[in-house]
Amino acid sequence: MKVLSKIGRYFLMLKSIFGKFTKWKILKQLILKDIDTLIIGSLGIVSFISFFVGGVVAIQTALNLENPLLPKNLIGFATRQSVILEFAPTFISIIMAGKVGSYITSSIGTMRVTEQIDALEVMGINTYNYLIFPKIVALSLYPLVICISMFLGVFGGYMACVYGGFSSSSEFIEGIQLDFISFHVTYAFIKTAFFSFILATIPSYHGYFMTGGALEVGKASTVSFVWTSVAIILLNYLVTQMLLT
Amino acid sequence: MIEVQNIIKSFDGTKVLKGVSTVFEKGKTNLIIGQSGSGKTVFLKCLLGLFEADSGKILFEGKGLKKMTVQERSILRQEMGMVFQGSALFDSMTVEENIMFPMQMFTQKIDEEILERANKVIKRVNLINANGKYPDEISGGMKKRVAIARAIVMNPKYLFCDEPNSGLDPKTAILIDNLIQEITAEYNITTVINTHDMNSVMEIGEKIVFLKDGYKSWEGTKEQIFNTDNESVTNFVYSSDLFKKVREVYLKDEIGLEENKGADTGNTST
Repeated sequence: MKVLSKIGRYFLMLKSIFGKFTKWKILKQLILKDIDTLIIGSLGIVSFISFFVGGVVAIQTALNLENPLLPKNLIGFATRQSVILEFAPTFISIIMAGKVGSYITSSIGTMRVTEQIDALEVMGINTYNYLIFPKIVALSLYPLVICISMFLGVFGGYMACVYGGFSSSSEFIEGIQLDFISFHVTYAFIKTAFFSFILATIPSYHGYFMTGGALEVGKASTVSFVWTSVAIILLNYLVTQMLLT
Repeated sequence: MIEVQNIIKSFDGTKVLKGVSTVFEKGKTNLIIGQSGSGKTVFLKCLLGLFEADSGKILFEGKGLKKMTVQERSILRQEMGMVFQGSALFDSMTVEENIMFPMQMFTQKIDEEILERANKVIKRVNLINANGKYPDEISGGMKKRVAIARAIVMNPKYLFCDEPNSGLDPKTAILIDNLIQEITAEYNITTVINTHDMNSVMEIGEKIVFLKDGYKSWEGTKEQIFNTDNESVTNFVYSSDLFKKVREVYLKDEIGLEENKGADTGNTST
């Protein structure tokens, strides 16, 4: 019953976000600030993880291709498929649930604890719109992060494979072009768009409705990470089921 | 003027406010006092519209809060200023930006006009060399001043303060109290202050409402509080030895005694 009430409150929150809009001049500043914090600020960690995980995927694939009859270009093929279909959109989104999600929950939660949200409400501001809408808009650029992650993942695989002596450059490039289905990229971006909405709204919900003090802000961030990850995994399953089967 | 008529508020079946009625007059500093858990904060939040009372009426200049349209409520909120217990300044903004924020949000004024008005209120609350500083770079007393400046920048009709001098040293607390009282008279605002600070009661209590267990137990002025025979009020206000002695001196004073013969002792309610 409690879970149902929370789900209901989440959807009511979504409705309120698109209620009374904040003045555009203020909203624009908030959106730019959130783009800087949530998108630009995540590029470093996403690039680092993507490059090295792409490399590890290539090495693992190469080490498991023991049969000499299997062509070496399969390393490039497997790396591309793993990175584009799952690693970049899903795995990076789980990492972002930790990085961006905790930031959103703790920043909104701290505003709640220090009565800053009450101060906004007393002024007659739609706090849902003021606090959450800019994050939704900023994270609509999240597919660009995933695009960079895809490129760096495959590039990391190439570097590890070629400089690790597992296959030649031409074999790897041939592999990443092999049986390429462009819809797989579309599918990855469709699910990324869903994930970006989840990344903006579930952590905001946990921050906005938290009660208590500093300790509870920490707890809310952890709970928010768990539920954002659960939602991403479930949605990933549903979208994959709908689009690829 | 704010008129409160018999408001009741419950949480999960527990009545926190059990029918409180009072009037907060314009141009006066109205204090709500009472022990922790007496319902002061809930009462203040009901006045602000952050909590909706289960029953009863809250009238702003004769107009009921519940009957107001969304637009009327929005206008009313812009006529309210609030000083929160922890100041509630926006961490990501400088002092100047915090004060300018309500004007940027709700007026069509150009940036120069907004800045001019912000500087005027900054000067009014005696904030020196703090414009470009962030809230975590200034003292508690300065934060309160910024909160007051932000609350009055839109020329509000109503000013609400929740424990405005909690966490401040006695000297700064008196400065803040006096500042609120001066601003109330200067701008002719209806000010409602939630406090447990007895110094504030003695300093600026033009009207005092004493809440006990969700009821209004007593109301009167700071002069009347010396003479009251309401046991709950005397037990609360004169709980410290210092205030007990102050009261004894006041009552023993010959002139005070003469003046107090037949004096008004406030209204006790049950």
